[in-house]
Amino acid sequence: MITGIFRAFGRRVSFFDKLAALDYTFLLVLVLIASIGVLMLYSTAGGSMEHRAWAQLLRLSIGMGLLLLAALVDIKIWINLAYPIYILALGILFLVEFIGYQSMGAQRWLHVAIFSLQPSEPMKIALVLVLARYYHDLAAEKTVKFSSMIFPLILIALPVVLLLRQPDLGTAILTMVLGTGILFLAGIRYRYFISAILLGLASVPLIWQFVLHPYQQQRILTFLYPEQDPMGAGYHILQSKIALGSGGIFGHGYLGGTQNHLDFLPEKETDFIFTVLAEEIGLMGSFGLMFLYAIALLLIFLIAARSSSHFGRMLAMGLGINFFLHAFGNIAMVTGLIPVVGMPLPLVSYGGSAVVAMLFGFGLVMNVHVHQSVGVGSATNLDLR
Amino acid sequence: MGMSKWDGWRRYEFTRRAIIAGGLQLGLFGVLGARLYYLQVAQSDRYSALAEQNRINTVLLAPERGLILDRNGTELASSRENFRVIIVPEQAGDVPQALRRLNRLVRLNDATLKRVLESARRLPSFVAIPVVEGLSWRQFAEINLRAPELPGIHCEVGRLRHYPHADALAHVVGYVAPVRPEDIEDNSDSLLRIPEFRIGRSGIETRFDTHLRGFAGASRVEVNAAGRVVRELERHEGQSGTEVTLSLDLPTQLRLNDLLKHESAAGVVMDVHSGEILAMVSTPSYDPNHFSTGIPVERWRALMGNPDTPFLHKAIEGQYAPGSTFKLIVALAALESGIVNSDETYYCSGKYLFGRRNFHCWKEHGHGRLNMLGAIMHSCDVYFYNLAQRIPIEAIAAMAQRMGFGEKFDIDLPGGKAGLVPSPQWKRETLGENWYGGENLITVVGQGYLLATPLQLAVMTSRIANGGMAVFPRMVRRIGDEDVKYTAAPSMGLSPSSVKFIQDSMYAVSNRPGGTAYGSRIIDPSMQLAGKTGTTQVRNISAQERRSGVIKNEQLARRLRDHALFVAYAPSNSPRYAVSIVVEHGGSGSRAAAPPARDILQFLLTRKRQSAA
Repeated sequence: MITGIFRAFGRRVSFFDKLAALDYTFLLVLVLIASIGVLMLYSTAGGSMEHRAWAQLLRLSIGMGLLLLAALVDIKIWINLAYPIYILALGILFLVEFIGYQSMGAQRWLHVAIFSLQPSEPMKIALVLVLARYYHDLAAEKTVKFSSMIFPLILIALPVVLLLRQPDLGTAILTMVLGTGILFLAGIRYRYFISAILLGLASVPLIWQFVLHPYQQQRILTFLYPEQDPMGAGYHILQSKIALGSGGIFGHGYLGGTQNHLDFLPEKETDFIFTVLAEEIGLMGSFGLMFLYAIALLLIFLIAARSSSHFGRMLAMGLGINFFLHAFGNIAMVTGLIPVVGMPLPLVSYGGSAVVAMLFGFGLVMNVHVHQSVGVGSATNLDLR
Repeated sequence: MGMSKWDGWRRYEFTRRAIIAGGLQLGLFGVLGARLYYLQVAQSDRYSALAEQNRINTVLLAPERGLILDRNGTELASSRENFRVIIVPEQAGDVPQALRRLNRLVRLNDATLKRVLESARRLPSFVAIPVVEGLSWRQFAEINLRAPELPGIHCEVGRLRHYPHADALAHVVGYVAPVRPEDIEDNSDSLLRIPEFRIGRSGIETRFDTHLRGFAGASRVEVNAAGRVVRELERHEGQSGTEVTLSLDLPTQLRLNDLLKHESAAGVVMDVHSGEILAMVSTPSYDPNHFSTGIPVERWRALMGNPDTPFLHKAIEGQYAPGSTFKLIVALAALESGIVNSDETYYCSGKYLFGRRNFHCWKEHGHGRLNMLGAIMHSCDVYFYNLAQRIPIEAIAAMAQRMGFGEKFDIDLPGGKAGLVPSPQWKRETLGENWYGGENLITVVGQGYLLATPLQLAVMTSRIANGGMAVFPRMVRRIGDEDVKYTAAPSMGLSPSSVKFIQDSMYAVSNRPGGTAYGSRIIDPSMQLAGKTGTTQVRNISAQERRSGVIKNEQLARRLRDHALFVAYAPSNSPRYAVSIVVEHGGSGSRAAAPPARDILQFLLTRKRQSAA
């Protein structure tokens, strides 16, 4: 059974063959990004491994273990598990409604035994997985049919509705954009996108009125008019911009950021950790990290493009979009381009669920790479042995 | 299963769309890059400045306020240690509990408790809140001793303005009090924004406030987002305020205050040559120390409700009818006019008929025949009623002005009144009424519209005593190391014989038996004083009362008794000091005002002799 997990279709492949087939460049890039995160957490704690850096290292280790596991098992297992994982993730998200606890004004966390879990993180991975599976199964010619869009839209809508109820607007929007991106990749007609965008714009006033909570409306208003409330809600974004701007090209030097060490930065270990990097290492640091992100995205694109299965392509590229949306959303938020919504910087922000889920996602990408030459049939003729 | 046409399309379409998605991602990263370039390069200077503003707080350090000294260098206003108690809520934990414990050692009133609890709610918990100040050394020591039982409560030693002589100098030195919001203008001294800063609110403290203040020091500290001080970056101490040295002689001031403090009175002692004021007293007074620490409400109400107006500086703002002291000016005007000489005699029967009205002398049955010297010595009213018929009222008014009446002297004290020298022209212009002949008679005996301050009376006396020199009063000798310039008093151009005559008359008043101030003479020939009494009515005496006998002052309610005045100088043979005393409702000049004047002159001359020996 154990060895059975690590086999490719048609022929047995040894565990070590698969290990050798990993994309080590990709892995190196991920390790570099994660290292930047640990260094920044060390700095936010005033130059100490205590508090955050050790904990983050531990989570990264767990995440790396999960990455390897996800990368090395047979891709067929992920195809088979796509729906169960989606249902499980959705179930956990649903549980938050009843037993989740409040943190920062929203019900997003679930205590599981000794650690707490933020179910929206695995949810996004699960969504990519299930949509990849759906389009893998779908006969290619049916892709363009409107009727075959209904089921994936339901798959997207379910978690979005649950997330809106929490309420977690940022993740809900991100999930929606993610789902839309995957539909785009799947090949549905452009006119559906255009209608969807127009419909979305038309529904903005309705969403404002009936969906958004007052604190969410406030955040958006603060984003639009930050100068109206510099000591209130606009304070965070102003302090964030001060940290970024004062960093200049070369920064104040590692551990030398005054905005960081004098606590002017809000939530500097989590959502605003990018500002610590930008303040202490300057434009070199912020461009450096974005460069690593871009490399990672490029590698993911190559992995997706090389995959011979539609499942692999959709899975890798979908997870790439998820990764991009987090990176872009977070940096756009701290630089004041979009409203402040809770969104971690992938692999850098302190936070167990996000790190572990993201690394697990990269494990799936790696899996696609390892199994790139394995052609997988659709569900109707899956059993090819 | 082979690759169908649709499978090929799907793969092709996927790659195409993945490239579009990738391109979009790259484009959006480009937007982020541009944004980061804008923030971190283009706007970097602006945000660096904001970061520094965030980080650095400048805390102003209050300089020590300059001393106010008397002529001998004795401190009239100084700074003393102010023992105060502060509470730091984050260390105290339970603030009400901590205050209850403190309350066992120092009584805290309800207002204090309310204020502290309110501040504790409002401010970050690490901010120290002042609880009480002005503690005694005993209380301070006790709280320090019990420190282990009082977590979060600390004793601090600050500086507080202190007036060691309390009420004896309140009107001259003034007081300091906390800054009010309306004191702060955009361009005001940043010192005013220091919370514990006090500014001059009265007297010398107000007039020389900018000198006394000094310059603020500053401490630049690094603070964190919550405002807690992380460390001090640099510090420079301010510059203490400049000392102000007054011409006052503290022992004389204290003695004069002792002599008058049970009355509602004012007294001025002046050097007749230099014009320097050696003592200036106004009673009742108040303790200026209460204003630095905050005056209790009951005490404030009591002061405000006192009918003897403790806050009025009577020496410069009290305006009184000069009464018979004005006869000196009338006599001088008469002699200087050339119309009358001092040998002219008039008969006093106790009353003088003018028009259809009798004007009375203070002596009911009259003085008989008197020359001018006798008239001054006995303060005969009828003699002066006669003079009033001889010389024009304008000449009298002019002489009064030359002697300092009607002039607001600048002695570096805020406030001050000019008094009033009436004349027919003045009456027409201000009241729009004609001057009646009877008013001449009222004016020559120093009543009616005529008003003078005790300071003006002292100036008049000095100008007579110094032989007719236009001396001006002054109060400030030195500011810091710089002497205040003054020029020797110029001659007023009076004929020496007229002045000499007035001096002789004043000598007679207090040294010849029968003189109105003979009872208050100084026996020692080298210290003899020359003076003039004055008694002014504060009520009308009706014709009926005249008939039935004027009611004695002692029988009247205090508020209705006459004001008592006395002006004098000494030694009579070589004038040095002039003094003026006004005792409100004192009864009579000779009985209430002359004795303290005599005492203070004797005190001064004795001290001078002792210091010379």
